Amino acid sequence: MAWTREEMAAQAARELQDGYYVNLGIGIPTLVANHVPTDIDVVLQSENGMLGIGPFPFEDDVDPDLINAGKQTVTALPTSSFFSSSASFAMIRGGHIDLAILGAMEVAGNGDLANWSVPGKMIKGMGGAMDLVAGVKRVVVVMSHIDKAGSPKIVPRCTLPLTGAGVVDAIISELGRFNLDRATESLIVQDIANGVSLEEIRQKTEIPVIG
Amino acid sequence: MSERKIFKDADEALAGIAFDGMTIMSGGFGLSGNPEHLIAGLLRSGVKDLTIISNNCGADGFGLWTLLNNSQIRKMISSYIGENKLFAELCLTGKLELELTPQGTLAERVRAGGAGIPAFYTRTGVGTVVAEGKPVETFEGALYVRETWLRADLAIVKAWKADPEGNLIYRKTARNFNPDMATAGKVTIAEVEEIVPAGTFDPDQVHTPGIYVNRIIQGPSYEKRIEFRTTREREGAAG
Repeated sequence: MAWTREEMAAQAARELQDGYYVNLGIGIPTLVANHVPTDIDVVLQSENGMLGIGPFPFEDDVDPDLINAGKQTVTALPTSSFFSSSASFAMIRGGHIDLAILGAMEVAGNGDLANWSVPGKMIKGMGGAMDLVAGVKRVVVVMSHIDKAGSPKIVPRCTLPLTGAGVVDAIISELGRFNLDRATESLIVQDIANGVSLEEIRQKTEIPVIG
Repeated sequence: MSERKIFKDADEALAGIAFDGMTIMSGGFGLSGNPEHLIAGLLRSGVKDLTIISNNCGADGFGLWTLLNNSQIRKMISSYIGENKLFAELCLTGKLELELTPQGTLAERVRAGGAGIPAFYTRTGVGTVVAEGKPVETFEGALYVRETWLRADLAIVKAWKADPEGNLIYRKTARNFNPDMATAGKVTIAEVEEIVPAGTFDPDQVHTPGIYVNRIIQGPSYEKRIEFRTTREREGAAG
């Protein structure tokens, strides 16, 4: 059985270490917050200007002045801080964030990442993604292994406009958890979802998969 | 303290300032911390051919979207279009000029504009379309792209509270681009939920010093629309 969204988030949470400052992207990466191991401390950063994101609010605590980068209502913790956009990205660009977990449309073997535009069809904008992948120490992608048309998303070279060049360190898909070896442009299997074969992963991946 | 910076409402604060073809910075991230009343004032003024510098362009029926929908905007300088169908459609069909800028680069360009720094180098965007046509230089073995400052004829910002000097305090994540943009307008107008008497603020807690703020209005009320209302159940509650 391929992993569910929640299981993919739980797998991504294995990247977390005690004392880490972490930025989580929109979608499945946001769910990683639900899987932080209880024995470690992780501080979540939101690029709109917050360190120390708490859980979603109770209905009667919803505050429109308190949102995360996905524009979802959140809460503050006793140790949270707020700051301006330029201060937030100084933090990101300055290399102070340990880990970013974000979604992708394509990842290439050399670590190139594309996640903000399909020319002529879709333009979402890069938001803070280009700054994050350029400035954060480790970049982990959580995404479906193939696109809606069934084509592999892990490819020798990206065809879509890049978000960053040579930036991806690891990938979690519904099929498994992988490190990306940018030097050999190959995918190194760390974990495989139950019932998924190495053969299936190789069929759905356009770069070498090392089991 | 005189009250020369305090204006009655958005229309009065914008009088003699708004003109066709001008460049305007507008604070806010998504719909949080938006200068709602000043945007409504710009809509009423009918000023057109605007270049707007703002992270987003409002959302369906709200904020800067209303200016876009009224064909008052010629060009946007933004980082994010998602969840705004009109914005995406106008960009894809070439009816709106767009300078797409990474969010952190946008914030730093505005900060640089306010601080009198014409250009800076950043890793962000190296090897992507963002770096095309811009000088790239190597520092300590890594490539950096040169980005330039942003300044505007007018900056409109939203704060929580102001005193008569124009000192501003923001609230939570509604701060976002507002303090940066307040520094980079030739004229800056702040709208706030409450104008408090001089002496109310602890000077150590002021976020934007009044030197950056030319005009202040107190908004009659704030809609503060929420884009994604996410909540959790209280423990023990039926779920």
